[in-house]
Amino acid sequence: MTELLQQLINGLALGAIYALIALGYTMVYGVLRFINFAHSDVFMVGAFAGYFLARAVPGGSALSGIAVLLGAMAICALLGVIIEKLAYRPLRGRSTLTVLITAIGVSLLLQNLGQRIFGANPRSFPSLFPVHQFHLGGVVISSAQILVFAVALVLLFALRHIVLHTRVGTAMRALSFNPVAASLVGINNDRIISFTFALGSALAAAGGILYASNYPSIDPLMGTLPGMKAFVAAVLGGIGNIAGAAFGGLALGLIETIVVAFGGSTYRDAVAFAVLILILLLRPEGLLGKRTAEKV
Amino acid sequence: MRRPQIRILMAVAAVAVLAGCSKSGGEAAAGATIKVGEFASLTGKEATFGVSSHEGTLLAVEELNAAGGVLGKKLELVYEDNRSTPGESLTIAKKLINNDKVIAILGEVASGRSLEVAPFAQSSRVPQISPSSTNPDVTKIGDYIFRVCFIDPFQGKLLAGFAKNTLKAQKVALFSDVAAPYSVGLGKFFKEAWLAGGGELVSEVKYTGGDKDFKAQLTVIKNAKPDAIMVPGYYTDVGLIVAQARQLGITVPMFGGDGWEAPELIQIAGAENLVNTYYSTHFSPSSTDPLAQKFVAAYKAKYSGKVPDAMAALGYDSVMVLADAIKRAGTTDEPKLRDAIAATKDFPGATGITTLDANRDASKSAVIITVKDGKFQYLETVAP
Repeated sequence: MTELLQQLINGLALGAIYALIALGYTMVYGVLRFINFAHSDVFMVGAFAGYFLARAVPGGSALSGIAVLLGAMAICALLGVIIEKLAYRPLRGRSTLTVLITAIGVSLLLQNLGQRIFGANPRSFPSLFPVHQFHLGGVVISSAQILVFAVALVLLFALRHIVLHTRVGTAMRALSFNPVAASLVGINNDRIISFTFALGSALAAAGGILYASNYPSIDPLMGTLPGMKAFVAAVLGGIGNIAGAAFGGLALGLIETIVVAFGGSTYRDAVAFAVLILILLLRPEGLLGKRTAEKV
Repeated sequence: MRRPQIRILMAVAAVAVLAGCSKSGGEAAAGATIKVGEFASLTGKEATFGVSSHEGTLLAVEELNAAGGVLGKKLELVYEDNRSTPGESLTIAKKLINNDKVIAILGEVASGRSLEVAPFAQSSRVPQISPSSTNPDVTKIGDYIFRVCFIDPFQGKLLAGFAKNTLKAQKVALFSDVAAPYSVGLGKFFKEAWLAGGGELVSEVKYTGGDKDFKAQLTVIKNAKPDAIMVPGYYTDVGLIVAQARQLGITVPMFGGDGWEAPELIQIAGAENLVNTYYSTHFSPSSTDPLAQKFVAAYKAKYSGKVPDAMAALGYDSVMVLADAIKRAGTTDEPKLRDAIAATKDFPGATGITTLDANRDASKSAVIITVKDGKFQYLETVAP
């Protein structure tokens, strides 16, 4: 019984990280109908930003940890805006395939730049927040795992608040319904799109820092696999749907952990992609998504 | 020029600047030289192995050249970085053998990457000397493939003996990497020896090298209540595994093989998590053997006080064994050089006396290292 509970916690902790990264994918898709494949590498840059910031900030306390987290989020928000301006804006209005391929190109560029600048060797990520293991019965939860839940929850609600209850959020939603109409009612599309990317990239950075806090080995290619799994999580929950990203992330984390617990550890990555294929075959709008009919 | 054309030109210039080659180089000397090739993981997941063995190799080449070279000619080391990536080693070997025309090729530490190159070295009739690949399959490829270290049947057996006699364990869990031939092989030999010695294997779980999260598998292991856990993997993964095991409240001893040997192990796992951990390896810098001491002193002098590890010592010995064979053969032609290497007997090296047996493997002693207060500490020696 305790083993089951422990595996449940392992799965939810893993899932919370996927959920955080998936939020970024889903938000950009929701507003722009575009899958930002460079998201996983912004996640990596966030982790490295945290690594270098942690050296600058005298650390160990909760406050310094939060400072590093916010610093990395700010850096990646800026990176997201720059990527959007240089790589995606010039292609506005072109076919989605063109922008998709560009996104893959940006992803490869970031990975290889990372390898050039940081070197390909894995680095040890310092502990930003005080680490503690909590023993409840026979089950162990690490403070790093609790942190992931806490931060993911806070960011989830913050994002929801921004999207539903602020002017910027309303503008984002208007843009997602109809870009032309949005610009006609006075919304500055360029600014809103930049803001969307900044927000998504900040979330990626938070995901990167929390991932690195739990698995303290970072390298320039670290974003590839978690990014792909978070993408699957977003699709699983319903891409474009914030609650869907959270649900999909947790679900995928649990599925992966259960598969590994039952001896299929060599299939842990394959499972994520099997889930992707299944969901696209059976319910492509995702578990929490609504099937939108094309009205002619 | 119009704007799009300027942009394209800038992009092309940027690409040209960024398109450098990976780390490579050659130690050249004027006049006729003996070219020796080396492929190593200087960057990437097993970077520590490649850097260490390369530093040992370089030290040996410089020492030999300072003493006049071999057969009157200087040794020229042509080396390339395989970035710990599968596939790269073979590309490098083809370049070294076909383009640079090396007379022998040194590499690698990781058995998987040695196995990648061995068939090609064999068919090209170029001797390959691996400094520290321990999987027995490496030398089985052919008679042009050699190694200067012990092999995993011995390592597996000694670890089984260590677990039984020193750790006093009766129930062991095995946690191995399916992606690395070294890990699969060492795990298998350990299991055979352990079961033959009457021990109980309560859990056998797998992971894939490069994974970051091991909590699910470690929870399964924890539930099986072993007295000790054997992790025959590479240091980057082992570091995370040990840290996560300790975080999950697993306090039993954890041990493994020479894949653990890296200063990064302490950084990745965190010194506070590396309690009750042990691993076997080929060499300890605190060895009292005079040749080992001479090597340690020379290494420290060249590399600013850095203490050499087993991979460095074996890298050094791989060159020394090759040079000794060239001297005995009197030539670098095949098959004379191959025969001379195969006839290596009682050669004194930094890692002990090296004799190559009929399978071209060396029979050497192993040392067990433990970690105390964030430092590696010699525990005991196990003779073959």
